[in-house]
Amino acid sequence: MKHKIRFTINGEVKEIEVQPNKTLLKMLREDLDLIGVKEGCGAGECGACTVLVNNKPVNSCLMLAVEVDGKEILTIEGLSDGINLDPLQESFLKHNAIQCGYCTPGMVMSAKALLNRNSHPKEEDVKEALAGNLCRCTGYKRIVDAVLDAVKKGGGK
Amino acid sequence: MLKYVGQSALRVDGVRKVTGFSRYTDDLKLSGMLYARIKKSPYPHAKILKIDTSKAEKLPGVKVVITGKDVPIRVGLYLEDKTFLAIDKVRFIGEPVAAVAAESEEIAEEAVSLIEVDYKKLSAVFSPLEGIKPDAPLIHEDLGSYKHASIILPQSGTNISNHYKIRKGNTEEGFKEADFVFENEFYVPHIQHSAIENHCAIAQVDPEGKITVWAGCQSPYTVRRTLATAFNIQLNKIRVISPAIGGGFGGKAGTTLEGIVIPLAQKANYRPVKLSFSREDVFTNTFIRQGMHARIKTGVTKSGRIVAEENKFYWDGGAYTEYGVNIARAGGYASTGPYDIPNVKADSICVYTNHPAGGPYRGFGMSEIHFAIEQNLDIVAHKIKMDPLEFRRKNALKDGGRTVTGQVLENVGFVECLDKTAKDIEWDKRVKKVSATKYRGKGIAGMYKAPSMPNNVGSSAIVKINEDGTVNLLVTAMDLGQGSDTALTQIAAEVLTIPISQISIITGDTDCTPYEWQTVASRTIYCCGNSIKRAAEDAKNQMLKLASLKFGIPENDLELKDGQIISKNYPDKKVKIADLAMGLTMPDGSGIHGPIIGRGAFIPPDVKDTDKETGQGDKPVAFWTFGVQAAEVEVDIETGEVKVLKVAAAYDAGKAINPELVCAQIEGGIVQGLGSALLEEMKIEEGKVLNPSFVDYKIPAIGDAPEMKISIVEVPEPTGPWGARGIAEPCMVPTAPAIANAVFDAIGCRINSLPITAEKVLKAIKEKKK
Repeated sequence: MKHKIRFTINGEVKEIEVQPNKTLLKMLREDLDLIGVKEGCGAGECGACTVLVNNKPVNSCLMLAVEVDGKEILTIEGLSDGINLDPLQESFLKHNAIQCGYCTPGMVMSAKALLNRNSHPKEEDVKEALAGNLCRCTGYKRIVDAVLDAVKKGGGK
Repeated sequence: MLKYVGQSALRVDGVRKVTGFSRYTDDLKLSGMLYARIKKSPYPHAKILKIDTSKAEKLPGVKVVITGKDVPIRVGLYLEDKTFLAIDKVRFIGEPVAAVAAESEEIAEEAVSLIEVDYKKLSAVFSPLEGIKPDAPLIHEDLGSYKHASIILPQSGTNISNHYKIRKGNTEEGFKEADFVFENEFYVPHIQHSAIENHCAIAQVDPEGKITVWAGCQSPYTVRRTLATAFNIQLNKIRVISPAIGGGFGGKAGTTLEGIVIPLAQKANYRPVKLSFSREDVFTNTFIRQGMHARIKTGVTKSGRIVAEENKFYWDGGAYTEYGVNIARAGGYASTGPYDIPNVKADSICVYTNHPAGGPYRGFGMSEIHFAIEQNLDIVAHKIKMDPLEFRRKNALKDGGRTVTGQVLENVGFVECLDKTAKDIEWDKRVKKVSATKYRGKGIAGMYKAPSMPNNVGSSAIVKINEDGTVNLLVTAMDLGQGSDTALTQIAAEVLTIPISQISIITGDTDCTPYEWQTVASRTIYCCGNSIKRAAEDAKNQMLKLASLKFGIPENDLELKDGQIISKNYPDKKVKIADLAMGLTMPDGSGIHGPIIGRGAFIPPDVKDTDKETGQGDKPVAFWTFGVQAAEVEVDIETGEVKVLKVAAAYDAGKAINPELVCAQIEGGIVQGLGSALLEEMKIEEGKVLNPSFVDYKIPAIGDAPEMKISIVEVPEPTGPWGARGIAEPCMVPTAPAIANAVFDAIGCRINSLPITAEKVLKAIKEKKK
């Protein structure tokens, strides 16, 4: 039996019916076409599917879609307004903190969650916040640099 | 003066990636899509007696069920030894024996569970050292009849699918000259590429029988060719499109899922069929890095000159070695590492086992052999009481030196890399003991690597000048993250003298973008880069001719500068690229020539086969890339934990087309190398992979990354574009031995197998105390 749920996604209110066993990741990708959200392992191990639910980072592959009823979700698609990039995105670009780009949406969202709760994180805070996001390409150094630079530029507000 | 080459331009694919807009294969949703699943073998080696698919076929929602008999033609890159689905026997746990396409993934999953297969178990082989024994069970009885490339030497009636030999000088005489002879053994386990994007492929067949395949692949043209062979179809009837690729490292260089979705799609009444692999599938059903056992015997003089070396490399090729055979070959022709040794005997042997199929992994055998070579070198240096850095300098390949194939090298930047790295790690400074339980050490390791590929494979590029003077650059070199789209665009910009923003690079569609053999072997900047340079020059020359006609000025008085052709002697005579893009309009209003399209093609010059018995040859490879890494580690002698504090690296890129992206590559390589050094091992017991997930198979996370100091050396490669060579794979090769050597420096214990776990370190400390 499907459940009717209502939530805010990237600033827009949505109401849909989902199967009780459907993950948030599958709902985002399959039902809402938010394919910037990536699946890397389906088991909460890689962080590629990270989105913000009520401002907190979650592995959307581990959360059931029905759990977001009444909540607010932000995905990579909602981070910029389509014209201006978020300071974090600008910073990832500038620091070459991207290679294949597959972990990037999750990485940026985890960083966003960090800056939402701590406007002046230190290097250790960044490493702790991104500990659950695996990247096989970059060696991470530029990702740390990018987040710290975004903080300097006021990305943490 | 170079304007675009040598600049650290920002990535041309950057905005698409930071916004999550890049489309990877699994992101594609086509109307009417069916979903596929594979039925896997539970046994490492067994005869298939019977497959009953009737129950699966009757399940509502199931559209197609196929078995091996639907895909009977054997294929393979260097050795045609595999079919996409097993036919009469299975050779590893997980091997696909049947596949299903259904209305949903859930239905496909259920259908697969309804397929019944009867097997008769066979004795299996789980180590290359077992596999080479004369009484070992045969994994491929028909090896002698398999088609293979001329550079590969399979031995019929054995499990040996390639045996590459080096016989340089005379090792018997060499060992007589030696004051000391040492023998050492090393082991490197299987690891997995672990790109964050799992493999996925989609196929659709249109009413005229034309097949379109979407798959994130490093080699659209080679995939197309393999598929054409497997399905006995003309090349123009298959189109391979690669969407964005979420990391490859060699793992997306072959053809695997594509060969399963096509036969499903051929029976799906024109509906597209998608097969997405789970993380577990990727561990067992795509290429893994081969395991390798190494034995090295070294003869050295008192003064520290290596005079003879005998190396044996036994590669655990797995169930199919279509690609692995060439890794063994590469291990052979690079068998002593970047050192000049007069007498060498090397045997690099690829052996079938009942493990998942080995294949290309960043480094293509070089990480494995250098783990052995570079630790061995360290051991020898310490035994003869010589500084490991000095020992390397002394034996290093230099200009005029000879590789193991007898090739004489020029333009070698290896010693410069050694010196830069030693300086950056402060080689001469040591703080050994930082507390009662924590010891620090430094280790260094060198490497060299050449593109391992057939001698005569080509690249091509098309430069289309648009009506407004902007450019579409068409190639089939793929950007897997390494940044080739950006660097290749810079090459076109340099020749055409227009900003990078005026060039769009289009890749990865065999119906539209021109031929490229593969994006592998760290060959892209060199091979594809040369073809782009030629294509852009071709377009430029066409425009110079037209401008010469327009102005009545000889071509040699004209030059292309900042997007316009201008006379050197009469600077007021100038014309923009845009005004020649569609040809030249004559004073009488007529037009000539038509649109400007530049074409360029490239094959590395003069690369030839080596002798089958001795491995000797003047130029077996296009170029060599040299590099060095040094690591500083801290070892906790109570827990055995190794922490890498710092890694310094220097690579001879010849010419860094984009220095920041070169550094970014090297950093990524170091951390991947660190993973293989300390964390990564596929635990395989009786053929079963026990840790096919990121919980049980750890790859480095952000906290594992050390401080890194990168240097780029630029000794130009004469045949490369502006002197450039490839560096993408070399940058993970020396990390593991540098760390192993640093661990020895810290605690005086040698760990001669990877990964260097706390358990192994503690055991070694305990044994040393005895």
